[in-house]
Amino acid sequence: MSVLPASARVEPPVTPTSPQRDRRHGGRSQRPSSHGPRSHGPRWPWLLLAPGLLWLLVLYLLPLLSLVPLSLSEPVSRFGLETVFRGRLANYQEVLQAYGPILLRSFAYAALATGLGVVLAYPLAWTIRFRGGRWQPLLMGLVVLPSLTSFLVRAIAWTSLLADQGPLLQLLRSLGLIAPLEALGVLHDGRLLNTATAVILGLTTNLLPFLVLPLVVAMQRIDPVLLEAADDLHAGALRRFTQVVWPLSRPGLAAGILLSLIPAAGDVVNPRFLGGPNNQMIANSIDNLLLVQLQAPRAAALTLVLMALISVAVLLQLRRGLEELPLP
Amino acid sequence: MLKKPATVHGPGATAVISLRNVCRRYGERAAVDDLSLTIGAGEFFSLLGPSGCGKTTTLRLIAGFERPQSGRILMQGHDLTEAPPHRRPVNLVFQNYALFPHLSVWDNVAFGPRSLRLDPAEIRRRVGEVLEMVQLSELARRRPHQLSGGQQQRVALARALVNAPAALLLDEPLAALDPDLRRTMRSELKRIQREVGITFLLVTHDREEALSLSDRLAVLQGGRLEQVGSPRDLYERPRSAVVASFLGSANLLPDPAGGGVRLLRPERLRLSAEPPDAGERGVRARVRELAFQGSTVEVRLHAANDLPLVAIDTSAALPENLSVGEELWCRWNPADSHPLEGAIA
Repeated sequence: MSVLPASARVEPPVTPTSPQRDRRHGGRSQRPSSHGPRSHGPRWPWLLLAPGLLWLLVLYLLPLLSLVPLSLSEPVSRFGLETVFRGRLANYQEVLQAYGPILLRSFAYAALATGLGVVLAYPLAWTIRFRGGRWQPLLMGLVVLPSLTSFLVRAIAWTSLLADQGPLLQLLRSLGLIAPLEALGVLHDGRLLNTATAVILGLTTNLLPFLVLPLVVAMQRIDPVLLEAADDLHAGALRRFTQVVWPLSRPGLAAGILLSLIPAAGDVVNPRFLGGPNNQMIANSIDNLLLVQLQAPRAAALTLVLMALISVAVLLQLRRGLEELPLP
Repeated sequence: MLKKPATVHGPGATAVISLRNVCRRYGERAAVDDLSLTIGAGEFFSLLGPSGCGKTTTLRLIAGFERPQSGRILMQGHDLTEAPPHRRPVNLVFQNYALFPHLSVWDNVAFGPRSLRLDPAEIRRRVGEVLEMVQLSELARRRPHQLSGGQQQRVALARALVNAPAALLLDEPLAALDPDLRRTMRSELKRIQREVGITFLLVTHDREEALSLSDRLAVLQGGRLEQVGSPRDLYERPRSAVVASFLGSANLLPDPAGGGVRLLRPERLRLSAEPPDAGERGVRARVRELAFQGSTVEVRLHAANDLPLVAIDTSAALPENLSVGEELWCRWNPADSHPLEGAIA
């Protein structure tokens, strides 16, 4: 096509805005920094941080720190919770050896549940945002509605739904899906209850609102005219999603994954009620160590390991999330 | 549709877009009412009208964002009434540009060609070419928010033009710019259109813009087509008082030959102390307001029986020391007045 001869020139740009600095810095740092020092205004607004910080210090950080000496202690006897500090680093080695596989399993379940949640949340959020119209607040309310019942109650309700003679298995039987699902590893001995599937389904139910809400909020920042522009520029529905909705909603997705992955990895209720002995997660192990085996130091060590792993995941995710924050 | 040949031979080959009896209603209200319009190849065509006249709806019907309840929309001879936007051989420059905030200038411009799955080398060539044309090659790696309004406007233009559309649709493209920039961009638009030879369809409520840019323009009012023609045609020979007043200030004079109305443009009205010559017509009028506009002066007057008049003339041609309250003759050549349909609105 030679519709565009190079001779068609226009006047030089009228107002060059930003300086040339973006050439020197790499891609991401081009944005004007919004966290430079702010020397304007009085200092006292910092005091507004005080109540929250105090709360976190007293009720979160101090108890957490008190776990450190506990994790290095030894029980006084096998029959009580009293401990004595011995600087016993071996606690960590022992719990990592004994519970490493369960830690892995916990993160695998949490990741699978989050992945399934993302697959469910995207169409839901997209519909609420772009097709919800005036029903949008109501639809968002409906997404949150399940969270208004106790998660304990929800898990127990699932046991009857997933029971051997329950409605879900009966439906699968009448559809002749038992054998194929068994082959895929979704069912175990024709059962849903006491399987990994049940645990993951339960986790997914819990975390879905935490994925949908940040996604809807992120999508609310997408001007619908951008979708029209993409349509006008010959992009079909799939390309409009992958090239416009997906990249512009990723900060919401990052937030949603954080909000769902962390509680899911530490969940205790779903594995207890929906999983079998082979589907217990790390929080169940901590629970068991402390309350059944009366091994408070090892329980503390395992807790700190879990905390550390989650913190690393959070920090990584936060860094990515911040980088992907949309433009100012 | 873009897979089809870019030009269609045979009858109607020069009609890039034609609307046939298109209607678009919202509830009871007809936004576009039985509109028929043919836009030719390489034309700079404008849809002009006040807000709510249906011009934007018409553009959205052509772009494919709206579907008409009745009527057909043809492009290059193909009936595309039901085609989705991404299958139409037209591209739109959105009013607020609608640039993708997460993509660089280059990627914004390359969006269409990539959707069309053109060969990567061809994409590079085209994008480079249009960026050169709008003088943004240097800024190709910037994000939209790092650009000024005028630069964003150019990206929007480049992003549409790069697809080599059969027609470029422009929705009030200059409205968001400040007046100086608007004038610059106006002449750039015209030049680019001449260079690329693509049909431009401009929607605007700015009559100066429409008059100065268009080869032809259509005046819409209440969803209906009032008149189509060249800017000069419409300015000098409007069919109705609506068109006459929309295209510029107008004196609407009662027709001495009947109950009708005649249009007399303010620049055809001469003010003088002397009465009209033979063959001229004239009325006595009192000056109510004088507005000095640089090269010209706008004079508002009141004639007998409360007829308001307006005259625009160069300062030099006006009687000296003209002041408010003064009474003088307004004279004109009857041949300069033009009969309108209907009565005074």
